[in-house]
Amino acid sequence: MAILVPFLAGGNEAGLTKVRFMTHWSPQAQFAGYYVAREKGFYEKYGIDLEMLPSGPNYSAADYLVEGKTDIAVLWLTQAVQKRSGGAKLVNLAQMVQRSGLMLVARKSDGIVEPGDLNGEKVGIWEGDLSLQPKAFLKKYGLNVETVRQSYTVNLFLAGGVDAVSAMWYNEYHTILNSGVNPDELTTFFFSDHGLNFPEDGIYALKGTFTKNPDLFSGFVKASVEGWLYAFAHPKEAVDIVLEYMRRAKVPANRVHQMWMLERFKDLMMPGGDESALGRLDREEYERVAAMLKEAGLIVTVPDFDTFFVPAGEHAEK
Amino acid sequence: MLKNKGVAFKLILVFSTTSLAVMGMIGTFNYHYWLEILEKNVVENAGNLAKSTVNRIETIIVSTEKVADNFAGFIENGPLTEEELKRFLRTNVGENTEVYGSTVAFEPYAFKTSEEYFAPYFFKKNKELEYVFLGSDFRYQYRDWYQIPKELGRSYWSEPYYDEGAGEAMMSTYSAPFYERTPEGRKFRGVVTADISLDWLQETVSSIKILETGYAFLVSRTGTIVTHPIKEMIMNETIFSIAEARGDEGLRDIGRRMIQGASGIVPFTSMVTGKECWMYYEPVPSTGWSLAVLFPKDELLADITRLNKILTVVAMSGFLLLLLIMAFIARSITRPLRAMAKAAGVIATGDLDAKLPMVRSKDEVGQLADAFGRMKRSLKEHIKKLTEATAARERIESELNIARKIQMSILPKALSDSDLKGAGFDIHAVIHPAREVGGDFYDHHYIDSDRFCFVIGDVSGKGMPAALFMAVTAAFFKATVRTEQKPDEVLRIVNEELNLQGDQSLFVTVFFGILNTKTGEVLYANGGHNKLVVVRANGETLFLDSPEGMIIGVMENVHFKTGKCVMKQGDTLFMYTDGVTEAMNEKKELFTEERMMKALAQLHGSDTREIISALLKELKNFSGKAPQSDDITMMAVRYGVRGQ
Repeated sequence: MAILVPFLAGGNEAGLTKVRFMTHWSPQAQFAGYYVAREKGFYEKYGIDLEMLPSGPNYSAADYLVEGKTDIAVLWLTQAVQKRSGGAKLVNLAQMVQRSGLMLVARKSDGIVEPGDLNGEKVGIWEGDLSLQPKAFLKKYGLNVETVRQSYTVNLFLAGGVDAVSAMWYNEYHTILNSGVNPDELTTFFFSDHGLNFPEDGIYALKGTFTKNPDLFSGFVKASVEGWLYAFAHPKEAVDIVLEYMRRAKVPANRVHQMWMLERFKDLMMPGGDESALGRLDREEYERVAAMLKEAGLIVTVPDFDTFFVPAGEHAEK
Repeated sequence: MLKNKGVAFKLILVFSTTSLAVMGMIGTFNYHYWLEILEKNVVENAGNLAKSTVNRIETIIVSTEKVADNFAGFIENGPLTEEELKRFLRTNVGENTEVYGSTVAFEPYAFKTSEEYFAPYFFKKNKELEYVFLGSDFRYQYRDWYQIPKELGRSYWSEPYYDEGAGEAMMSTYSAPFYERTPEGRKFRGVVTADISLDWLQETVSSIKILETGYAFLVSRTGTIVTHPIKEMIMNETIFSIAEARGDEGLRDIGRRMIQGASGIVPFTSMVTGKECWMYYEPVPSTGWSLAVLFPKDELLADITRLNKILTVVAMSGFLLLLLIMAFIARSITRPLRAMAKAAGVIATGDLDAKLPMVRSKDEVGQLADAFGRMKRSLKEHIKKLTEATAARERIESELNIARKIQMSILPKALSDSDLKGAGFDIHAVIHPAREVGGDFYDHHYIDSDRFCFVIGDVSGKGMPAALFMAVTAAFFKATVRTEQKPDEVLRIVNEELNLQGDQSLFVTVFFGILNTKTGEVLYANGGHNKLVVVRANGETLFLDSPEGMIIGVMENVHFKTGKCVMKQGDTLFMYTDGVTEAMNEKKELFTEERMMKALAQLHGSDTREIISALLKELKNFSGKAPQSDDITMMAVRYGVRGQ
């Protein structure tokens, strides 16, 4: 009888398997593909009844995954590597975001046009994993700067309190633009352009749950990829769905901002429009990220790539 | 088509088109004139409204700034105990209505070496003063209101934010940094803050009502919508995200000018109604915010539109009145004209009793009506006279017709072939009076079995007197021939009888002859008549020299002579009145004896009917359309059997 009982949280009348899912941040276009796949019924197609768990700054998706409170989570690569190194048996089923959206933004009017110009200036840097790339960047160019711990807003930069500011291309950079600063007035340093690319969002599950029902996870990855491709092909509809999720989560929503974010995620997930990149994790990039984490003292050992990256979509095809 | 329309229609058309055009011109001018004035005023009014609102906001802002600035200076001047700090804060928040909340936030371990975070916060909640200690779980040093003035080294108005955890309200915080003087120089110790509630700001700004749907909104120095009638836009949209959503680069430029502290007036589409507006923007200098005031264009024009509507109504009423008056005048002119036209139409059918319309006015129409009336009366009179005259003439004509019939009945009947069978001669005569009755006559009849008498005469004058005299003469001849058979005697007796009548004004010329049908001998007498023509069987044609006598009826005791001629077989005697020889053509030329004789010469061998009809034809050809001036009578006697 045990075989008939669905493995995870249980079945429902339609014969679907309930899967709990959680993102590492509040609803926004960064996760558009998952919302779209859910709303368009792509998950149901693969036998999945997807339950969206609440997310945001007050929830740690990584902890939820490790503690088994969610079946699947979207996590940053750096977060996941740290958890894995710390002993949690999580696996990367699909690396969704290939390119890092993290960047430094400065004003041309302050005379900053190339990395060297940052020398001696005040640079806003976020805490935690988001400080790895900027610090590596500063080290790479041998820059001596005054770092200022950066809060959630870019107002310090807008007010002139710092000369350069950390920004996500899909988020803070657009906020700066929509605070009345024109793109041609800004100098941008994308870390991915300076040999410091960090793959970002990936789909993770615990190895144990994945092994017991690989087809289910494979279906989730496939449905998610379909969701993303649909969102990119139908941005207006996708943004409508995103805004609805944001509204339900009572998160302030701005349509043009979400549209910008969706378009940037297309650039970050499929650099150069390469669809085949979706889901792949590059071994070299993984090794670089892990090495930098180790160097920063955030991990002691580098987890083995082949046991860390278990592409669920490919597994199912094999 | 227009020319077929009535006078009233044309009159109304021309006047109404002209007056409409004039009214249209006045209306257009009026509209543009007021538009210009209004637009001139609108910039001024918009500026005034925006400036006065900004001043109200500034007043609050400046007094809020003072609370924080004063307290920051106070703290710099001397160390305060925790109790003193809290007491001052409580007073500042409690006694300054505009201050929503206030704290003094110190650098880590700056107030107490034992405490990393120290920030007692007093704020108003439901009009009650509340207190909360912002501690380690709040990590205020990375809040904008703390970090930015610290990094800038000067006081700072924060971007509006929703304060979770403490104030639980939409607010903007003014932060005044305070410092410690150390041998190394000024050392940052913390900030004094004073919050203003954006609820208050929203009330102030949303209390601005412009016309019907005009409104004001406030943006922060990053362009973020701080107050707006659409609640969802507050904190969620910036003027630049609106520009991006609209794809409006111009609006982005306006937004940049707004946050750069400029002021101006620009066209803007209302986010509430979608109406075209004028937007006046004015900076709030202390905070770097910008207030925008929207005037819906159509509502600005509402007064002009209303004025125009009223003018249109007045103009249209006036126009309708004008139209009515014109119609009335036109009708008052054309109604009698139409009635007269109708009456004239009836009169044209001959009904002179048709009633003419009453026109009381003494204008041209009245004069026309009078003249028309006079014309009708004189026409009626004239026609009455004409009718009477016509009746009289018709009576005379009918009497004349009767007279003509009587006269013609006096003449002998034309003899038919059977009448003349075995007679040995042939006779035919015609008479064509110039009028209904004439003065010519002829007669013929047997006296006895061998003798046949004939007479042709021409009474002087024409018409009825001549006809009556002719009848009398013919009667005398008929009566005389019964007893007397000698031609000269017959003429003498008739002359005597006619003279006995006593009327000397009328007389008659007569040719009288008696044919002996056995011998062909003709005895005759001529009383002043045309000579007898003899057409011999061989074609010789000649006047017969005969004894000529006096005209009959002129004088008494006149004697005549009897002439004699003998006719051979085929000879013809031809008698006529001067109506033949004196017949005139259109050129007033006479037919003459020459033409007559020439025609007769060609007719030898013809019978009497042929001769006379041929001559009649000749006469008709000659006369053409000239009227017959005298009675025409012809008589031909041929000796021998008709047709031979």
